[in-house]
Amino acid sequence: METKKTSLYQLHQDCNAKFVEFAGYQMPIQYSEGIVEEHKFTRNHSGIFDVSHMGQLFIYGGEDLIKDLEKIFPLDLKNLKLNHSKYSFLMDKDAGIHDDLIITKTKEGFLIILNAACKDNDFKILKEFLGDKYKMVLDENRSLIAIQGPKSSEILNDVINGVKDLNFMSGNWFTFENQKVYITRSGYTGEDGFEISIVNDFVDQLTRELINKGSKLIGLGARDTLRLEAGLCLYGHDLDKDKTPVEANLKWAISKERISKGDFIGSDIIIKQLNDGVSKIRVGIKPEGRIIAREKTKIFNQSDVHIGEITSGTFGPSVNGPVAMGYVENEFSKKNTKVFLEVRGKKHPASICSLPFYKKSYVKGVN
Amino acid sequence: MSEVKYSKEHEWIKLDGDVATIGITKHATEMLGDIVFAELPEKGSSVEKDGTAGVVESTKAASDVYTPVSGEVVDTNQAIVDDPSKINQDPEDSAWFFKLKIKDPSEMDTLMNKDDYDKFAKETSA
Repeated sequence: METKKTSLYQLHQDCNAKFVEFAGYQMPIQYSEGIVEEHKFTRNHSGIFDVSHMGQLFIYGGEDLIKDLEKIFPLDLKNLKLNHSKYSFLMDKDAGIHDDLIITKTKEGFLIILNAACKDNDFKILKEFLGDKYKMVLDENRSLIAIQGPKSSEILNDVINGVKDLNFMSGNWFTFENQKVYITRSGYTGEDGFEISIVNDFVDQLTRELINKGSKLIGLGARDTLRLEAGLCLYGHDLDKDKTPVEANLKWAISKERISKGDFIGSDIIIKQLNDGVSKIRVGIKPEGRIIAREKTKIFNQSDVHIGEITSGTFGPSVNGPVAMGYVENEFSKKNTKVFLEVRGKKHPASICSLPFYKKSYVKGVN
Repeated sequence: MSEVKYSKEHEWIKLDGDVATIGITKHATEMLGDIVFAELPEKGSSVEKDGTAGVVESTKAASDVYTPVSGEVVDTNQAIVDDPSKINQDPEDSAWFFKLKIKDPSEMDTLMNKDDYDKFAKETSA
């Protein structure tokens, strides 16, 4: 199958991107300044990410749709305010995670942002549950960009007036060159920022205007180091079908209201795990020194017993040291527990730590 | 002092008497991206031509560093372990990796000169 290109491909080329294939798309891994500089620029100024490979699923409907989606997602969608977003997951009946996602309630129904590698399968699963009752569009005509970092609000507001008044995890429709754009105050870097859904034909112009105002394009490489410092999960690595949201330490994302009723996909297992505990759980792991423990690195306890595995690990440019997360047996998940990481045949000391590695600076209330 | 030679694994080597200084090429650092970790062989250890003699890691991945000739490690550059970004800044001079007392000077003859290496690097990265 031929790899797809996003509508920003030409701009990426103009900015000297190095490309990699990711989920069937040619995506920029980095630009000429490199991952570390791009990472720091996002933390200190403003970075633009092309995330057009991700799925934008619009489902149109009213009260019935809310009821039907609540049978799928562990969310209190009925009481979710208009234009507000929630982080959630699509699970199987055993609470294994098919995908993690952001769902936003709009006037027309719901907008769900899905991972690129999962979006077609997610669509199929949702279609099976919902049937032909609702219009469902996995929109290929819209691009998605994220602008992240402390200067982003000012920069984006200069181009699209009014966005600075959005609160974290809420959105609205705005206009750019007479085009309807849906903007949410959200992102995946641990920084204040926005995600912008815009028709393909106008994304190049919008992005160039944001660059002219002082933002810069940032590649997938820095996106990974940023999200890991922020303690955020990457599907296919930190989350997959063999892990549940409770094991992934994401129970904060499950509505307490819905737990009491328990009538969503995977609810039996979720309720059981919340009551009885889990045998493995996701934790932050800080290696001592500079050693980098990558995905699949084995974790041992002080008695040299294998207790888990790293699921993401890299060097965190803002932390200025290695950072990792992984799953360990529950009894070793307490903060400051000493563990050992096997890298190239040698065991290196590390400790369990709380997430995130880098403190978030989200805007909770601007009004 | 002899001319600088290059290996297909993107190391450079400079011989001074029977002691060779070895590092990775600028081309290698450009392919790797930002280097954030370096591991060097132990002083006093012996390394064999084309064998592993260290590791460098970028934010993305780990890569082995090979030795282009055999010998005994007589010195290592702690400065690049303490601050691996030095490798990106000055790979073919101050950010050398290790020094070897070489075993067999004829091993130098198997390596490329600068022109051949530049050509090789260009072809393999295209």
